[in-house]
Amino acid sequence: MILTVQHTTIYRYGAPVRGVVQSHRLTPSIFDGQRTRSWTITVDGGLSGGGFRDGAGDWVQGCSVRGPVTEVAVQVEGVVETQDLAGLLRGHRELVPPDCYLSETAVTRADAALTELAHAAIAGTSDPLDRAHRLAAAISDAITYQPDVTTANTTAAESLALGKGVCQDHAHALIAAARVQDIPARYVSGYLMADGDAVSNEAAHAWAELWIKGLGWIGFDPANRCCPDARFIRLGSGYDASDAAPIRGTARGPGAESLDVTVAIQAVQQ
Amino acid sequence: MAQTYFNEMYHNGRAREPYQQLENWTQAMPAEFRSLKQAEAEALFRRIGITFAVYGEGGDPDRLIPFDMFPRVFSNAEWTRLERGIKQRARALNAFLVDVYGRGEIVRTGRIPGRLVYQNEAYEKAVVGFVPPRGVYSHIVGIDLVRTGPDDFFVLEDNCRTPSGVSYMLENREIMMRMFPTLFRENRIQPVDSYPTILRRTLASVAPAKCTGEPTVVVLTPGHFNSAYYEHSFLSDMMGVELVEGQDLFVEGEFVYMRTTEGPKKVDVIYRRIDDAFIDPLCFRPDSMLGIPGLMDVYRSGGVSICSAPGAGVADDKAIYTYVPEMIRFYLGEEPILHNVQTWQCGKADDLKYVLENLGELVVKEVHGSGGYGMLVGPKSTKAQIEAFAERIKANPGNYIAQPTLALSTVPTFVNEGVAPRHVDLRPYCLVGERIELVPGGLTRVALTDGSLVVNSSQGGGVKDTWVLAG
Repeated sequence: MILTVQHTTIYRYGAPVRGVVQSHRLTPSIFDGQRTRSWTITVDGGLSGGGFRDGAGDWVQGCSVRGPVTEVAVQVEGVVETQDLAGLLRGHRELVPPDCYLSETAVTRADAALTELAHAAIAGTSDPLDRAHRLAAAISDAITYQPDVTTANTTAAESLALGKGVCQDHAHALIAAARVQDIPARYVSGYLMADGDAVSNEAAHAWAELWIKGLGWIGFDPANRCCPDARFIRLGSGYDASDAAPIRGTARGPGAESLDVTVAIQAVQQ
Repeated sequence: MAQTYFNEMYHNGRAREPYQQLENWTQAMPAEFRSLKQAEAEALFRRIGITFAVYGEGGDPDRLIPFDMFPRVFSNAEWTRLERGIKQRARALNAFLVDVYGRGEIVRTGRIPGRLVYQNEAYEKAVVGFVPPRGVYSHIVGIDLVRTGPDDFFVLEDNCRTPSGVSYMLENREIMMRMFPTLFRENRIQPVDSYPTILRRTLASVAPAKCTGEPTVVVLTPGHFNSAYYEHSFLSDMMGVELVEGQDLFVEGEFVYMRTTEGPKKVDVIYRRIDDAFIDPLCFRPDSMLGIPGLMDVYRSGGVSICSAPGAGVADDKAIYTYVPEMIRFYLGEEPILHNVQTWQCGKADDLKYVLENLGELVVKEVHGSGGYGMLVGPKSTKAQIEAFAERIKANPGNYIAQPTLALSTVPTFVNEGVAPRHVDLRPYCLVGERIELVPGGLTRVALTDGSLVVNSSQGGGVKDTWVLAG
């Protein structure tokens, strides 16, 4: 499938700020499931900072804007060719040891309910891949997709208690449940072409990857009850949403910040 | 059980060679003169304003740490061996850091369990795959040593992040020289005052790839409320470099700049005295107000060097400590010159059994504990305390390690009654950059209370000038 991406993030400041510094993880991953045909990231007045590929295989690019400025727009445009690898992250070069992703963060900490869910989900099977699928299915069952009931700071345990959430909550909950079973798990940020009844968190999409010995990293999208296929574009990964965020930034100045994000992913007719 | 301790001055009824000059010095010193000198020393320390807590122990930041005028002395031969051992350890620790942020051969070959490294709080995923300039993660390695006999030195712990206390080493010497100039004429004492010069040279030698010309070095402090602020300002002063706080630096484009009255100035090397978690809110703790947003992106793309390198802390963890001798063999192909203190890991069944059977003679520590919390000193505990602690160990064995109670050596120390032996430890500071260097000396801490083995300043510890005699 050939997907076009248009992703605009506009930061507006209540008062002019002295400068803005950002760290971008906005470039498609390199692996067998996707090939980038074109990709540009534009920041008006932006000074390109240092760029590097990190240990997890993501391209990280620094960017700064000299003030005074009241608005910063980050525009991403590109075309990516994708294929369905049934969630397998094949041909992805990275150095971070999978065991590193057994460490928990504040939002992916398993409480008693998540622990119990994780134990119940895998009962009766010892096959690692089967276990991973069951964990993902259990999260899909336990958390109904519903926007605007959770926030960016909602924890996995909180969204499970609510029984509702968006893709970020599904991913956090699956990561927490997988770690209960000693399965390394991480958060993945990217895009999803939402055709038919597929859901994506209006802006960008997110899912989880679980490490299965012998197979490597495999993606699971509990919000859509599937593994990533040709509709998905993978950008980067981390322990949780904040660690994997496509844009992390800060402004020097007192102005209150507001954010406006639009994402359009379309399939090119062939 | 009667314990005998190695007295570094008097052994087998005679003054050991490095201390022979000092024997005449103390015997010739009248008591009134001594108390006069002690008061003078205290006044000097007060005037300099050196009042911070060593090793982040907390406590009253304005409290003076007692200075004992009786020096601790090493012969040239003793020091030569120590120096080789310390440098060997510093090399191995740095090789370990480059490895575990690279291919992790020491884990792949089964020499260290992966979970101890990769799930360690101090392991930074953000620097995986990055090799800092000259392959150095820990530029200032503070190695805590104790002595139990003429030839028996043991490493208590390694400090690979930002070990403090070196300003005491320098000030103790400064004050001794001012008060007893004749001692320094009569003894051939190797100088330590080159430390700031060597530190600066070391820092400049790890300037990043993108730096052309003379590197600009700064010392980054969390601020004046920090207990080691005195040391931060002292070292920047002695090195002739700027002392800055996070707000004085900013990232623009590919570099880090410092605000100056003449406009922004590019910074090449940051000697930071701030923990990893706080140095860049975009990469680590987002709520940190002490750091520089975007610093890590500049660092990883070769625009600035950070000393010690983020992630260095994984090498000085108590659980990793056990494996340092293995690191020395694996990376250097050498046998360790300095030994670890024998350590039982309660997570291992055999070790646990031994520990529980011998709690009365052991010191038990929490793997991640610090500052003496969650610790049992067997010989100083009651039966009830030992039994209660045994239950805690059984509940979570993996969280505890045990070591024998060490017979720390003593050095004569001025006390109210005259001169008496008191227990000491030693922290030398090894500098790692283009070269590995060690000034002949370090910080000697002394337990001023009779019989006490605790040298921490929060529990009645003091400091001494540490001499290394010329060969």
